[in-house]
Amino acid sequence: MSEKADVLIIGGGLMGAASAFFLRQRGLSVLLVEHDRIGQQASGVNFGNVRRHGRPAEQMELSNRAHEIWTKLPALVGEDCEFLRTGHLRVGYHEADEEALADYASSVRDFGLGLEILGRKALNERFSQVSEKVKVASFSPYCAHANPRITAPAFGRAAARLGAKIFEQTICESFGRAGADFEIHTRDGRRFQAATLLLTCGAWTGAMAAQFGETVPLAVRGPQMGVTEPMPYALKPVIGVFTEKLEQMIYLRQIKRGNVVFGGGGRGPASTATRRASVDPTITLNQFRQLRELVPALGRLRLIRVWSGVESYLPDDRPVMGESAAVPGLFYAFGFCGHGFQLGPGVGATMAELIATGRTSIPIAPYTIGRFGSGQGTERSSSRRLH
Amino acid sequence: MSFRRLAETERRAITFEVDGHAVAALEGDTYLTAIRIAGLALRRSEFGDGPRAGFCLMGACQDCWIWTQAGERLRACSTTAEAGTRLLTEPDAGMWPCPIS
Amino acid sequence: MPDIVIIGAGPAGIRAAETLAEQRLPVTLVDEGERGGGQIYRRQPAGFRRSYASLYGSEAGKAKALHDTFDRLKARIDYRPNTLAWNIADNVLHTVTGAVARRLRFDAAILATGATDRLIPVDGWTTPGVYSLGAAQIALKAQACAIGGAVVFMGTGPLLYLVACQYVKAGARVAAVLDTSPLSARHQALPRLLTSRPGLALRGLRLILQLRSAGIPVETGITPLAIANDGANVTGLRYRSSSGEIEELACDAVGLGYHLRPETQLADLAGCALSFDETSRLWLPKTDPDGRASVAGLYLAGDGARIAGADAAEISGRLAAYAVLADLGHGVPESKRRALHRAARRLERFRLALAQAFPWPHWLAGEIADEVLVCRCEKISAGELRHAATTLGAAELNRAKAFSRVGMGRCQGRYCGTIAAEIVAATCGRPVDGVGRLRGQAPVKPLPLATTAEEAA
Repeated sequence: MSEKADVLIIGGGLMGAASAFFLRQRGLSVLLVEHDRIGQQASGVNFGNVRRHGRPAEQMELSNRAHEIWTKLPALVGEDCEFLRTGHLRVGYHEADEEALADYASSVRDFGLGLEILGRKALNERFSQVSEKVKVASFSPYCAHANPRITAPAFGRAAARLGAKIFEQTICESFGRAGADFEIHTRDGRRFQAATLLLTCGAWTGAMAAQFGETVPLAVRGPQMGVTEPMPYALKPVIGVFTEKLEQMIYLRQIKRGNVVFGGGGRGPASTATRRASVDPTITLNQFRQLRELVPALGRLRLIRVWSGVESYLPDDRPVMGESAAVPGLFYAFGFCGHGFQLGPGVGATMAELIATGRTSIPIAPYTIGRFGSGQGTERSSSRRLH
Repeated sequence: MSFRRLAETERRAITFEVDGHAVAALEGDTYLTAIRIAGLALRRSEFGDGPRAGFCLMGACQDCWIWTQAGERLRACSTTAEAGTRLLTEPDAGMWPCPIS
Repeated sequence: MPDIVIIGAGPAGIRAAETLAEQRLPVTLVDEGERGGGQIYRRQPAGFRRSYASLYGSEAGKAKALHDTFDRLKARIDYRPNTLAWNIADNVLHTVTGAVARRLRFDAAILATGATDRLIPVDGWTTPGVYSLGAAQIALKAQACAIGGAVVFMGTGPLLYLVACQYVKAGARVAAVLDTSPLSARHQALPRLLTSRPGLALRGLRLILQLRSAGIPVETGITPLAIANDGANVTGLRYRSSSGEIEELACDAVGLGYHLRPETQLADLAGCALSFDETSRLWLPKTDPDGRASVAGLYLAGDGARIAGADAAEISGRLAAYAVLADLGHGVPESKRRALHRAARRLERFRLALAQAFPWPHWLAGEIADEVLVCRCEKISAGELRHAATTLGAAELNRAKAFSRVGMGRCQGRYCGTIAAEIVAATCGRPVDGVGRLRGQAPVKPLPLATTAEEAA
């Protein structure tokens, strides 16, 4: 059996599923091949932060494109994916954090985040659930959260309704060429062809890119997630700690059903070979301490489940996005360093635009895969401050 | 009345409170036993499908959590009742931030 | 000295601890209960006065022997009651006692984690007054109470008749015993039951005769329909008889249970391989005949490995301890080990015959109405699960969990997991082993966020 289309996407996470959806909207035919099921790994296990707050200015146009799409999910994909616009609160434990939060606010002031810096008095009035130990916070009113378990599958189903052909549990064994086209051979003997190939396999993309002569220093780790039993819905904004100390970094959100989802405080081991990632019990216990410090009432709750999944990280904390530097017709979108969920729909729209028109108005130059070859643009950004 | 005593009725009588109502118990009763003898429930389902009163009695189903007035929670099936304890079937205002309507 | 930890102080865990302590090996015994004994030989609270005979009937001698062994043993081992083993990985057991978390490094761990009731949802089963069969028995043994004034026992398996008889003997009113297994299955299994364990098989038959002579309606081959209620109390029960009639019974409590299911979470978290057991339609940890799991240093014993009852648990506890001894380079009494193997094989034949006599009624999965709650914790209905399996394309159980929330609640899928697999399988027309099983996720039971690590406490 051989299938042929305009674009062949390998990897059905949120990036691949959203790309398939927007490529179909632009009228290109699409084949999407997924090793397991749509949205099983990084796209399905992340915290669910739909957050612009804290992203660097260089990423804000991409993030804003995603922001627009998130608010239109019911019209676009037929469901809201539990998108809830609650705002996002970044809190600092030190008076001195105010300056850094204010500096950040001014760096992104042209992008419509509507940030407010809140002192102790304002926190008492508006966010009394956070501990007295919090000295200052930055509030982003338009940030939101959503359910990662259902979002990528919703994009996948919507893409399929628009005519994308999706092949789950289809394992790509090797790459080849069929004339000018890319061709992949699957373990069960099928072939898929297209003039354009988009690789969106998250942590697994590194090995594939290497086959095209492009090496990326991709690190594979797992987020450390947990969820409490349900309590009455009372904690409205997503809250994250602004800190230099990894062990203090914690982020949490309460879903409308009442459970409090949390993560942070380091990452655990993950493997592309076993496709599994684990939660370190020591990190879980540290998260408890940080949660009690941040919102004392959480000390009354119980943890009911932890999980992780395979995520990929790059040393400069930036993703890879755009056309291959080596092979014409080959595109990438992977390595989102633990903060790709909000970007996902915007990445899909941007990759579709880039593939369909050859250009995009979104500045993605910093994300070129070529940066690792030339050694440019690898300075570290403040990843620890995200969330 | 739900649970019925069949034996061991010679134990010392004690009382504790659930939502301000006195509940009679015998020393050695679990909270669940005494509350079910009184015909009461332990909590309401978080999702609006009615009262719950435990299910497995061996600490596995997690259906029988009940609040103490101090803001802790007890698994009623496996906690021995103590005289004078004040229990609440729902958290009160001091224990959890005010719900968003 | 090697570090050996045993999880669970029931018949399997106590016999394992005894066997190791006899060789003067240091043993840590972790148990969630306040008093050792486990569930089947559960001890009544201090101050209760009923005799062993009234509590445990024909098994009184075994219960007393186990308790006496445990009482002698306690001082010689590191016994940790009221302690939950919430996670296990890389030869470390993670426990919590109260709100203090501890790490126990081990060279060998025997998981003797026991079992919980296996359930099938029925309309109204979340109503106060509906309890598991195991719960009905615990109410009697540990609290000297009946779960109601007029109790119906519904489900299948030997425990159904045992608990009903224990209720009758204790003076409770049993309104009926309703068994989903057809009478023909029991007749077919009878020769195998009698040849493998004649004494126990006859005791089982006597239980049924005792119920009948007490005038209690006992029906076989029934289909549960609904537990009638007024929102807060049970008022009755509706079922379809084997002849197809819709019957209604008045009652104020229901004891529900369809055999037991092993508590395999720790084995799963430790990375032990599980395999599908066709007889019980359950996923069971793979072990060799001595209880060695697929992961070095891990051993399984008792109902947590496979449901075979208390006698088998004592045997497998001793065998697992022998396996630990052998693997640590100690001598093992070979003749005793062979005798235990012979006994275990006989009990295994009985287990298979019991499963034939009282089959797990997986066919009910198709009968559960869409509006019936499958997941008690998260309030997820059979219809929502079927929607995930069909419209959303989740023909695998963990996928169905991710989309529908079935099994995502406080109990971690203990009470809905096995039937959810049957519902997904029936809905998608797949064999039940083809839809997989719920993967274990820590914590084994809810862990207070107030928990602090011992070092920090």
